[in-house]
Amino acid sequence: MKAYYGYKDGSGDYFIIIDTDKCNGCRKCVDACPHRVFELIKDEFDIEGGLMAAVTEEHRKKIKYSCGPCKPMSGERKLQCVLACEAKAITHSW
Amino acid sequence: MITAGIDVGAKYAKIVVLEDGKSILTRANGIVGFDILKSVTAVSEKALDGTGLKRDQITRIVATGMGRKAIHRTPPINAEEIVPDVIADAKGTHHLISTVKTVIDVGAEEGRGVKVDENGKVRDFVINERCAAGAGTFIETMARALEVKVEDMGLLALKSTEAIPMNAQCCVFAESEVVTLIHSRVTKENISKAIHDAMAGRIASMVLRVGVEKDVALIGGVAQNPGFLPPLKKELNTEIIVPEHPQYVGAFGAALLALEMEGHQNE
Amino acid sequence: MSEKSKEFWRWREYRHTMPNMDWHDAKMVTAGVDIGSVGSKAAVMLDGELYTYAAMRTGGVSEETAVKAMNWAIEETGLKTEDIHYVVGTGYGRVNVPFAKRTITEIACHARGAHYIYGPTVRTVLDIGGQDCKAIRCDEKGKVMSFLMNDKCAAGTGRGLEVFADLIRTPIEELGKTSLSVQDEPQPVSNTCVIFAKAESVALLRQGWPKEKVSAAYHLAMVNRIIDLLTKVGIEKDFVVTGGVAKNTGIVSRLERNLKLKPLEPKLDPILAGAIGSALFAKALYEKEIGLR
Repeated sequence: MKAYYGYKDGSGDYFIIIDTDKCNGCRKCVDACPHRVFELIKDEFDIEGGLMAAVTEEHRKKIKYSCGPCKPMSGERKLQCVLACEAKAITHSW
Repeated sequence: MITAGIDVGAKYAKIVVLEDGKSILTRANGIVGFDILKSVTAVSEKALDGTGLKRDQITRIVATGMGRKAIHRTPPINAEEIVPDVIADAKGTHHLISTVKTVIDVGAEEGRGVKVDENGKVRDFVINERCAAGAGTFIETMARALEVKVEDMGLLALKSTEAIPMNAQCCVFAESEVVTLIHSRVTKENISKAIHDAMAGRIASMVLRVGVEKDVALIGGVAQNPGFLPPLKKELNTEIIVPEHPQYVGAFGAALLALEMEGHQNE
Repeated sequence: MSEKSKEFWRWREYRHTMPNMDWHDAKMVTAGVDIGSVGSKAAVMLDGELYTYAAMRTGGVSEETAVKAMNWAIEETGLKTEDIHYVVGTGYGRVNVPFAKRTITEIACHARGAHYIYGPTVRTVLDIGGQDCKAIRCDEKGKVMSFLMNDKCAAGTGRGLEVFADLIRTPIEELGKTSLSVQDEPQPVSNTCVIFAKAESVALLRQGWPKEKVSAAYHLAMVNRIIDLLTKVGIEKDFVVTGGVAKNTGIVSRLERNLKLKPLEPKLDPILAGAIGSALFAKALYEKEIGLR
C-alpha cells in the first residue's frame, strides 16, 4: 500500500509517501528525523499486519513546515528519513 | 533627481518619493480595491497632494508588489519598470540596515524570506503564496472571528497569560477553532497569542529554507504588529531588527532601484 | 459559524433492520461503529451480511453517542450488545467506542464498506466530507492499495463549499444546481485557498458575472483540485463518490465529465460505508480469534 501523508493547499503539494509493502518497521526513520515526523504504528489496514512507519497526526497537517529545514532552497538536500530507510520506502512529493 | 517606488501589495499600495536616493519627499499608502490602477492612482495623488510635486518631475517610477503589472507603462501612473518584491525588499532593507543578511517580509497574502549579500543583492529566497495561513490574512481573519480590531491583535497577544496550541493549519478551519476556544472560555489574550505563535511558527519554518544569518530584519505590514515579533524571535532563536515604517521598505527599495537604473542609463 | 455548518451538513437520523433476517440463525454476529465528526453510524452484520443499522448525529460526548447509535441499531431486534461477538470502532472518534474490542482506521473501513455497498468492481473511492477529502484505491477484495487524506486545507471539502454558499446566499443543497445552469463553462477560479478563492469570487461578482457563472467557476476549481488528488492515488474504474459532497450535482457531474468515468450508484446509503467496513473487519478478527483463520 502507498500511504500519502500530508496535503495539498494553495501553495502546493506536500506529501510524504510511505510504501508499506516495502516498510519493514525497522524504526530507522523515526530516529533519523530531526523533527520527529515519523512514528511506528500497528498496521490497521491488514489484521495480520505488524508495525509500519507513518507520519504522526501532529505533523500531517504541517508537513511543509516540519520538513522545511531539511529542504534548503539552494545547496544540498539531505533528507535524513529517505537516507535512513534501507528499504527505500519513503519518498517526498516536493 | 527625484524617483519613486510603488509597492502594489495584495491589500495596500505603498508609495515612496525619493530625492537623490537620500531624502524621502513624501510617502503614502492606501487600500487596493477591485480596480488596482484606480486605487494606486488615488494613493499617488494622496502622496503628492500638498507637496507641489507633479508626475513629470519624477524621473523614474519602479513598481513592485503582487499588483505591479497593473501600473506598468499604463497611464496615469506609467511606472517605467517593474521588479519582483524580493529584489525591492533586499535593496530597501540593505540600505536601511547595511549589516542585514536575512530579510523576512510578511505581507497580507505572501510571506517571503530573502538572503541578501553585502551589496543588497538577492542571494536566495523563499516565498509562501496562495495559502492564507502563511500570511497577514491569517491574523486578519482570526481577528474577525475574535471580534477584535486587527490593530489590537498584537497588543492583546502581549497580555496573554498562557501559551495554548492551535491545531488548525488552514485559515478556514482555524476560524472554527477560534470559535471553539471562545466557547471553552479561553481568554481573547491567550487565543490571540496562540494565533501569533502559530503564524510565527510557519513563517520561521519557511525562512529556515534559506537559512538564518544575522542580521535578521522583519519588514512588511505584519512587522507593525507587536505580537508577531516575540514568537518569531523565539522560533528562530535570534534577534530581529524591525526598521522604522516597515511596510514602506519594499516601495523604498523600488525607489532606490529607480535611481540606480537612471544612473546606469546615463553612463 | 460552527453551529451553522452543523446545520448545513446535518445528518438525516435513521435506523433500519433487514426484514428477512434473524440473528438467531447466525454463526457470527459482528458490529462496526463509525464515530465521525458530524455523524455516528452503527452496523450489525450476520455472517458478513448487513442486518441492522442506525445513523445519528455525533453528540458532545462520543462515548455516549457510540452507545446510543449501537442501542438504536439493535432496538426491537431482541439482540443485546453481549450477543455481538466482536465490535470494531472506526472514524475520527474511534478510540471512544467503549464496547469495541479493536479500532481500525477509517480509510481501511471505508474501502471495505464501499466494496460491500457498491460491489467488488470498485477500485477508486472518493469521499468528501464536511472537513476532509479522502481518495482511496482498493483491490478486488476491498483492500487498500493507496490512499490519501487531506484534512489540513478547507479547499476541496464541504467547508469550502459552505463558505461559497454563504457568499452567494444560496442554500447548500441548491449550490450544485446553480453551478449547472450556465451554458458555457467559465475558467475556473484561480485560487485554491478558500479565503483567496472567496475574494476572487467577490471580484468576479463585482465585475458583473452572474452568481451562477461564479458558482460554476468555483465548482470547477474544486473539481480540478479533487482530480489532482485522485490522480496521485491512481484513478481506475469503477469509481464511486461518497460523503456529503456526493449530493452536490455540480461537483459530481463535473467529475464525471472531466474524468470520463461515471460513478456507480449505491445500493445502500454510502454514509454507512465506515460502519459496514468495520463490522466486516470485526468478522475477520473474530474468525481469527476462534481459530477459523
